[in-house]
Amino acid sequence: MNMHSLILRTAGHFLLPLLLLFSVFLLLRGHDEPGGGFIGGLVAAAAIVLYLFSMDVQAARQVLRVDPRDVLGTGMLLAVISAIPGMFRGQAFFTAQWWEFTAPLFGEMKLSTVLIFDIGVYLVVIGSVLTIMLNLAEAEE
Amino acid sequence: MLYAILSTFLVAGFAPVVHRRTGRASGWVLGLLPAALFVYFLSFLPAVSSGESIVLAWPWLPGLDIQLSFLVDGLSLLFALLISGIGFFIVTYAGRYLEGDRDLGRFYVIILAFMGSMLGLVLADNLVAMFVFWELTSITSYLLIGYNHESADARKYALQGLFVTAGGGLALLAGIVMLALAGGSWELSEILNNGDAVREHALYLPLLILILLGAFTKSAQVPFHFWLPNAMAAPTPVSAYLHSATMVKAGVYLMARLNPSLGGTDIWFTLLALFGAVTMFTGVFLAFRSTGVKKVLAYSTVMALGTLTMLIGIGTETALMAAMAFLLAHSLYKGALFLVAGILDHEAGAKDFLQTGGLRSALPVTAAFTILAALSLGGVIPLFGFVAKELMLEAVLDAPSLGGILGLLAVLTAILGVAVAAIVGIRPWFGAKVDTPRTPHHEAPVAMLAGPAVLASLGLIFGLGPGLADEGLINAAAASVQGAPVDGYLALWHGLNWPLAISAFSLVAGGVLFWRWEQARHALAWVDRAAEYGPEKGYFKMMDGLVALSEWQTRVLQNGYLRYYVIVIVTMTAGLVGVTAQLFDVAVGQIDWAALQIHEIAILTILVSSMLFAVLTRSRLGAVVALGSMGFTVALIYVLYSAADVGITQVLVETLTVILLVLVLFRLPGFLNLSSTGLHIRDAGIALVMGGMITLLILSTLDARLFDSISQYFIDESMPSGYGRNIVNVVLVDFRALDTLGEIFVLALAAIGVYAMLHFRAEDRR
Repeated sequence: MNMHSLILRTAGHFLLPLLLLFSVFLLLRGHDEPGGGFIGGLVAAAAIVLYLFSMDVQAARQVLRVDPRDVLGTGMLLAVISAIPGMFRGQAFFTAQWWEFTAPLFGEMKLSTVLIFDIGVYLVVIGSVLTIMLNLAEAEE
Repeated sequence: MLYAILSTFLVAGFAPVVHRRTGRASGWVLGLLPAALFVYFLSFLPAVSSGESIVLAWPWLPGLDIQLSFLVDGLSLLFALLISGIGFFIVTYAGRYLEGDRDLGRFYVIILAFMGSMLGLVLADNLVAMFVFWELTSITSYLLIGYNHESADARKYALQGLFVTAGGGLALLAGIVMLALAGGSWELSEILNNGDAVREHALYLPLLILILLGAFTKSAQVPFHFWLPNAMAAPTPVSAYLHSATMVKAGVYLMARLNPSLGGTDIWFTLLALFGAVTMFTGVFLAFRSTGVKKVLAYSTVMALGTLTMLIGIGTETALMAAMAFLLAHSLYKGALFLVAGILDHEAGAKDFLQTGGLRSALPVTAAFTILAALSLGGVIPLFGFVAKELMLEAVLDAPSLGGILGLLAVLTAILGVAVAAIVGIRPWFGAKVDTPRTPHHEAPVAMLAGPAVLASLGLIFGLGPGLADEGLINAAAASVQGAPVDGYLALWHGLNWPLAISAFSLVAGGVLFWRWEQARHALAWVDRAAEYGPEKGYFKMMDGLVALSEWQTRVLQNGYLRYYVIVIVTMTAGLVGVTAQLFDVAVGQIDWAALQIHEIAILTILVSSMLFAVLTRSRLGAVVALGSMGFTVALIYVLYSAADVGITQVLVETLTVILLVLVLFRLPGFLNLSSTGLHIRDAGIALVMGGMITLLILSTLDARLFDSISQYFIDESMPSGYGRNIVNVVLVDFRALDTLGEIFVLALAAIGVYAMLHFRAEDRR
């Protein structure tokens, strides 16, 4: 799958961290501005697919460090876990829980099960897309 | 309560780790969980025996009126105590019985998950929750019967058990929905107070039959009894736990539970009493006919289940007291006897009563407790089995009708029951020493003896002091079955009466039958030939038919040609949408051509020309690129109408789809035109129909507004209750999180599917 293109390879090197950072940015700002776990996950997956095209499958797997199937499973687990806390407070399954607090440097912060759920979605999207892409690319070689 | 049920599943998940860490002691360590649960349930006892019933609820899907609620009353507490109490002995026993087995960790996972499901089933107050747990017990039972998955028999009978019980489960589901309609609630505690409404409802008969189908299959009533003896392919602790003490009693539990709202009618009485009595007799008769240790015990379990069904059907106060007492007595002695069967197998390698004899001196402790349990099975004074049997005979003799046939079957059952008890309690231990497949060198380990010892001794303690069982729980349990307080009591001595006379007579007659066991079995050899035409034959015929049918429909539908799949899916969708649109008189709106802006025309032009290019081009890559350009144009439209999130998603998905298609295209052979003009026209026709249908559908949404739009609600609520300004995202992750969860499940499944297709091919298996 190596395209042997110097421009693509160099661009891939520089774009990968930027795109990954951008995907986290999209994930976190998703609640108030366009973005969110689904879009963030797609951007991150696309970043790694770009890297896959500029380098090769081994390099892409190294960037990911873990098997995409594990990313997928972790995401599913987080998404399901985020549904449970509400039950322990006598509310319906999946009722969102919010914790507001003030952290040094950051000022007022809001954490929630919704964020955990969104991170789960983010990981599932990355995991699914890359499971398909990397395995297809490997089948190619 | 929620924590109690959840903890079993949680511990089940960690069981393999615990097993690896603790090794030989794993049974005792994991046994702590059921022991703790037993103590926890015991803490409900004072309140429940004073007649209270406790409802604990957690909302689940409030929109659908489904909540996770638990009902603790006499009946459910009796079951919960049995499940956790016997569960403790089973887990510790299994630790030694399956010691060194490579799958022991997996075994713990399933048996603890089963325990959680069974507890959930008997404690659930919500019908939907109960049904979910009901099905979970069927599935865990399937996994446990098939534990020795390398044995073809184990797999076959695991599947049989699953088909019979899960088939009944489907009927039960329909029955439950009707029950909720008739009773006006999904909560058992409310339905039970609304019995008259259910009984007078038009759906009473169908719902009764459906629910009984579920209960009869689960509790192995004739003609569904055949799966239970076959389920003995499971390891012995499983047989002791699932297939005698707990799971098979789920059907009995259901009938007992619903007695206040379904019971008391003639049809209820006739169905339950007749099927129960026939099952009772069939069970004990086949038990007497069998020689395999576990077969005999399994058939006598069928007998017990039949007895319980019959007693619930009779439904008088004595009968219900008898049912609850018999339930407790049976769980105690049958649990003990199954565990002994495991000891016989483990120490002496004997799986058949004909292989045993004179083992008394080698296994003295086992022998003593077996005899104690067998005495209870035979209903001999002063064991608890006797108390229960006396009450049972009394209830049958006082039955409001059908007294003759029920009485006859009960007396025959009592006689054969004594003979079966003698086979279990005398045959392996006394008489001439028989060479067993393995010579027992030592008594079974403590972990394996604890269960039989405690369970059998409890049978004696409750027999000598029936008040203990009675005031503690049996009265409360019978009261919840009756739906009103009971004032009966259990007693060892009822005076000289008919039941006592029948008991004495059955002891003598049963003794004679045992003495002549060999001859009797030979005389009954014809039963084997008759069984070839029995219900099990019907089951296998049905399964063959099912396989043939699925082969046929697979050949037709799963033909392996992508084009036919697409044609079927597209025409079905278009057809169904079309018919629905006709039925609901969907109006098609008008397009205001004049309002069309110049940039919109430009977008449309790009869209249509890329579409035409995709259809007409002879290059695959060209077609993919054209499709991509269509996708990006659609994204542009989203952005134009200020749906930024949807636009971004569309762009990203489109990018990845193009990459995906390119990856797949590498694997395809070069582009060849093999289809004829006729086929082209057919495909074009199908595409036009689908496209036209979608166009009409979109046009109809211009005008049609069947319901008020929900968007205003989301706009209003997004900030105050979702804490987010991006409404699309708040809807995705908060308001409609369950839908999103479903979607990511689908996504994950798709990825796993692709992975499996790429990595596991049929030819690699060879």
